[in-house]
Amino acid sequence: MIGALARTPAALRNFGNSQLATLIGILIAAFGIVLTIQHVLQHDASFFFQILTIGIADGAIYALIALGYTMVYGIIELINFAHGDVFTLGAFISLALFPVFGIAEGASGFSYVLPLLAVGLITMALCAVVNVAIERVAYRPLRHAPRLAPLITAIGMSSILEGAMYLWKGPFNLHYPDLLPLTRLNIGAVSIGVKDLIVLTLAIVLVVAFTLFINLSKLGKAMRATAQDRDAAQLMGIDINRTIAATFFIGAVLAGAGGITYGLYINSVAFDLGFITGLIAFTAAVFGGIGNIPGAAIGGLLIGMVRAFSDSYFDSSWTEIVIFGILIATLVFRPTGLLGMRVPEK
Amino acid sequence: MSEEPAPILSLQGVIKRFGGLTAVDQVSFDVPKGQVFSLIGPNGAGKTTLFNCITGMHVPTAGKVVFEGRNIAGTKPYRTAQLGIARTFQNIRLFEYLSAVDNVKVGEHVRMKAKLWDAIFRTPFARREEREVTDKALEYLRFVGIERHADNYARNLAYGQQRRLEIARALATEPHLLLLDEPAAGFTPQEKVELMALVDKIIARGITVFLIEHDMKVVMEVSQRIVVLDHGEKIAEGPPAEVRNNPRVIEAYLGKSA
Amino acid sequence: MKRLREYVSENSRNPNVIAYAAMAIAALTFPGIAQFATGGNADYLVSLAADGGVFVLLAIGLNVVVGFAGLLDLGYAAFFAIGSYTYGMLASQQLISSPIHHALHVPFWIALFLGMFIAASAGALLGAPTLRLRGDYLAIVTLGFGEIVPRFFRNMKDWTSGVNGISALDVPTLPFWITGPWANTQLAIEQNFRFVTFNVTAWYVLIVILVVASVLGVNNLYGSRLGRAWMAVREDETAAAAMGVNTVNTKLLAFAIGASFSGFAGAFYGAKLSLVSPDSFGFIVSITILSMVVLGGMGNIPGAMIGALLLYWVLYKFLPDAPLQASSLAHNLGLDSLNTVTPNWPGIAEFVSRLKFIIFGLILVSIMLLRPQGLLPSRLRSAELKRGVHDEPVTMVT
Repeated sequence: MIGALARTPAALRNFGNSQLATLIGILIAAFGIVLTIQHVLQHDASFFFQILTIGIADGAIYALIALGYTMVYGIIELINFAHGDVFTLGAFISLALFPVFGIAEGASGFSYVLPLLAVGLITMALCAVVNVAIERVAYRPLRHAPRLAPLITAIGMSSILEGAMYLWKGPFNLHYPDLLPLTRLNIGAVSIGVKDLIVLTLAIVLVVAFTLFINLSKLGKAMRATAQDRDAAQLMGIDINRTIAATFFIGAVLAGAGGITYGLYINSVAFDLGFITGLIAFTAAVFGGIGNIPGAAIGGLLIGMVRAFSDSYFDSSWTEIVIFGILIATLVFRPTGLLGMRVPEK
Repeated sequence: MSEEPAPILSLQGVIKRFGGLTAVDQVSFDVPKGQVFSLIGPNGAGKTTLFNCITGMHVPTAGKVVFEGRNIAGTKPYRTAQLGIARTFQNIRLFEYLSAVDNVKVGEHVRMKAKLWDAIFRTPFARREEREVTDKALEYLRFVGIERHADNYARNLAYGQQRRLEIARALATEPHLLLLDEPAAGFTPQEKVELMALVDKIIARGITVFLIEHDMKVVMEVSQRIVVLDHGEKIAEGPPAEVRNNPRVIEAYLGKSA
Repeated sequence: MKRLREYVSENSRNPNVIAYAAMAIAALTFPGIAQFATGGNADYLVSLAADGGVFVLLAIGLNVVVGFAGLLDLGYAAFFAIGSYTYGMLASQQLISSPIHHALHVPFWIALFLGMFIAASAGALLGAPTLRLRGDYLAIVTLGFGEIVPRFFRNMKDWTSGVNGISALDVPTLPFWITGPWANTQLAIEQNFRFVTFNVTAWYVLIVILVVASVLGVNNLYGSRLGRAWMAVREDETAAAAMGVNTVNTKLLAFAIGASFSGFAGAFYGAKLSLVSPDSFGFIVSITILSMVVLGGMGNIPGAMIGALLLYWVLYKFLPDAPLQASSLAHNLGLDSLNTVTPNWPGIAEFVSRLKFIIFGLILVSIMLLRPQGLLPSRLRSAELKRGVHDEPVTMVT
C-alpha cells in the first residue's frame, strides 16, 4: 500500500514536468494573484504594498545568494552548504571595516557612498578568497569521491565558518548601522521606502552585471561550457580548476554583496544567520530551477514574497514550514524547477 | 514429427519510441519454448531496447509482450523477474563489492520465503533457509564453473568469470526464460566454446535461452531459430541456414555495396 | 567450550569482534568502576553514559539508512522527534489539553513498542517521496523534513504544549529490581520499582539492554535476504530490480527500520529526561548523528556504535569540561590575564567554549579528507571509498 503511495509521485512528476502542467500552473497562479490582489485592495491596499515591497526586497537578497548556489551546483553538482555562511561573513567583515573607514550611523548617507563602496569591494574580495579557499581545500580533493563525501565536508565547512564568526563575535545579535535614507515615497495608497528601492536596485545591478558577464565574457562562457559537459570543456582547452575556482569567486562576491545589503536593510546580524537564510536561498534556487541563472533570480523574488506574505497574512511560525514544503514539493514533483534544465535522474 | 512447442514468449506489434526516434518498429515474433533463440542485427538496430521492453525496463509505446500466455508489456522489471524472466546485461552489471556467492544469493532473493520477523529474530526457519540458499548459490557457481572464486569480490574476477557469474546470478532467480545480452562479447575462441556448452546445459534444464549476439559463428552453432533486426524493424526470422543466406540480412550487415 | 575457543582464535584479529568485546566489557563494568573511582560520586557520569546510549541507538538506526541502504539522510532527527513526541503524548497528562481531552498513560513498555511502530510508519511515509530521487536531492528532501517535523510539533500547541514542550512524563515501572554496590547501595531487591531520575543505574541498564537487543536484530537483518537486498540496491539499483528485488519496498523498509530505532530512543529519552521539547531535534542533531556514523564507519554496526560513543564523549563531556579546564590551567600557569574579560577578549573559558562549532566542523572535514571510510570501516566501504565513484556499471574489458 505504501508502495502505491510511493509510486504516485513519479506519475505526478511526469505530469509536473510537462508543458501542459506549466501552462496550467501559470494560469492558476495568474488567476490566484488577480483574486488576491482584488481582495486585498478592497481591504487594505497600503498594507499589501508594504508587504509586497518587503517581499521583493528580501527576495532580491535571496536572489543574490541563490545565484551562488545555482552556479556552483550547475558546475560541479555540489550543494555548497557553506555558501550561506559566506553571506553572513560578508555582513561581519563589512561591519568590522566600517570603523576603519569612518562609517558610522547618524550623519548624512551620501557622504558615505565612496567609503561604503570601498568597504563593499574589500568585503566582496575577502569573501571570494574565503570561498575559493574552501573549494580548494575541502571540495577539490573529493571531486571524484562518492556523493556523501563532499556533502559532509560542505557541512563541516559551514560549521567552521559559523564557528569562526561565533568565536569572533559570540552568539549576540550585532547591530548593523542604518545608513540608508529612511524617506518614503508615497504614491496614492502605496508607500515605498527608498531603502527598499535601493536594495532592489543594488540587486538588479549586480544580477545584470553578472548575467552580462556570464553570457559575454570568455570566462563566463567557459563556466557555462564546464557546467554543460566538463569533459568536452576540458578537451576544448578550458582549465577546469580555474573555471571552478572562478565560479566560487563570483558566487562569493554576490553573497558578500548580499550580506552587506542584508545588513543595511535589516540592521541586525548574528553568526548563525547563514543557516536558515542559506536554506531559504537554496530553496529559491531549486524552485527557480537549479543550475539556471535567471531561475535563481526569479526563485529568489518569489520565495521572498512567499515569506513576506506568509509572515504577515498567515502565521509566521508556519512560514519556514511552508518554504521547506515548497522545497520538498519542487524536488519531488518538478525537480527541474520553474525554468530549469532537465536534470538527469538515476 | 512432434508438433511445434508453444511459444514461451510472443512479441506482437511491439513499438518503442523515444521522443522522435523509433527504436523498435512493429516487431513481432515468437520464441519457442525450450530452445535457443537468437536476436541479431547491426549495431544500433534496437536489440537491447527490445530486451528492455521484454523485461520491463522500458514500457513499449505499443504492442503486446505475451509471456506464458499473459501480456506483460509495461510490467516492472522486478515483477517480470518474479514471473520467470531473467537477464544478463551488455555491460556487465554485477554487484561489484559483493562476493560472487553473495551476488548469486541476491538472485535467489525472489524465491526466498523467510519473512522480516524470521530475519530479525533469526528463527530456525530463517537459519535453515539461509543454509539452503548458500548451498544453492554454490551449486549455481559450480554449474557455471567458478565455484573456486565464491568468496572473491565480483570486481576482482577475471572478465570471463564475471560474465559467467552474471549468468549464475540470473539462473538463481529460477527463470523459465533467460535473456543473454551479448554473452560472448570479448571472449576468446576457447571461452566461446565453453559458453556454448554452458548454453546447452541451461537448455537441458528446461530453460529457454534468448540471446543477443554479434559473433555469427556462435549464433549459427547454438541457435535453433534466429530473428534479425535492422533499424528497429524485423527483416528476417527462421532457422540459421535460412537466415544466413537471406539477402536482406547480408545487405544489412555488409551494406548495399556488397 | 571448544566452539568458544575456536571462535576466539579465529576472530582475535577481527576488529569488529574486538570492538564488540571491548564495548561489552566496558558496558558491564562502567558503573561499578566509575562509582569506585569517584568514591561514590559517579551518578552524573552514569547518567551521561545512559544518555550516550541514546545516541548509540540513533547511530545504529541511521546506519541502516545511510550505511546499509546508501540513502543519504540529513534529517534523521525528525524521526527522533517523532519517537520522543509519541512517547510524550502517550505517557503523560498532555492529551488533556488536546481536542481529545483525555490523558493517556500508556505503560512505558508498551509505549516503547508503539513508538517503534509509529516511527517506522513515519519512516516509510517520509521516505516515500524520496524514492526516485538521486543522492543529493534525496538528502535535501530529508533535510527539509528534518526542518519541518520539529517545527510542526512546536506549532501544534494543543497536542504538544508548543515551545514549552511536554513535561512530567511517566517513567517505566517494574515489579521488582535488584540493586547493589555498583549503584552505591546494599545488595537488595526492591519491590514496585519506579525508574526515578536519580536512579541512574537503572536507566543505564535499560539502555544497555535496548542497545544489545537492537544490535542483535540489526546484525541478523544484515545477513538476511533484506540485508543483501539493501546492499544490492545500493550497488546497482537497476541490476537489483532485474533480479527480482522490489527496490521501492527495499528502500522503504530501510527508512522504516532505520526510523524504528529512533522510536526506541525517543521513548527512553523522553522518559529519562521527563521532558520533550522542540529545540532538541534541530539540524545540528541530525548532523551529529550522521557524523557519528561516518566517523565510526558507515555500514558497519560496531563502527557506528564506536563513532557514537567517541563523538558523544567529545561533544558532551570533553568540550563542556574544556572551558573550566582551560581557565584553571591558565590560573595554574600564572596566566590569569587570560581569565580576565575585556571588550576584545571574552576570557579563556568563554573562548574555549566558543570553539565547539569549529572543532565539530574540523572533525567532519578531516574525516572526509583523511579517512572517509571511518575508524572501523566495513570491508565493503573501505574498498568502495578508496576507489571512488562506482555508479557506472563494470565495463567490458577489451
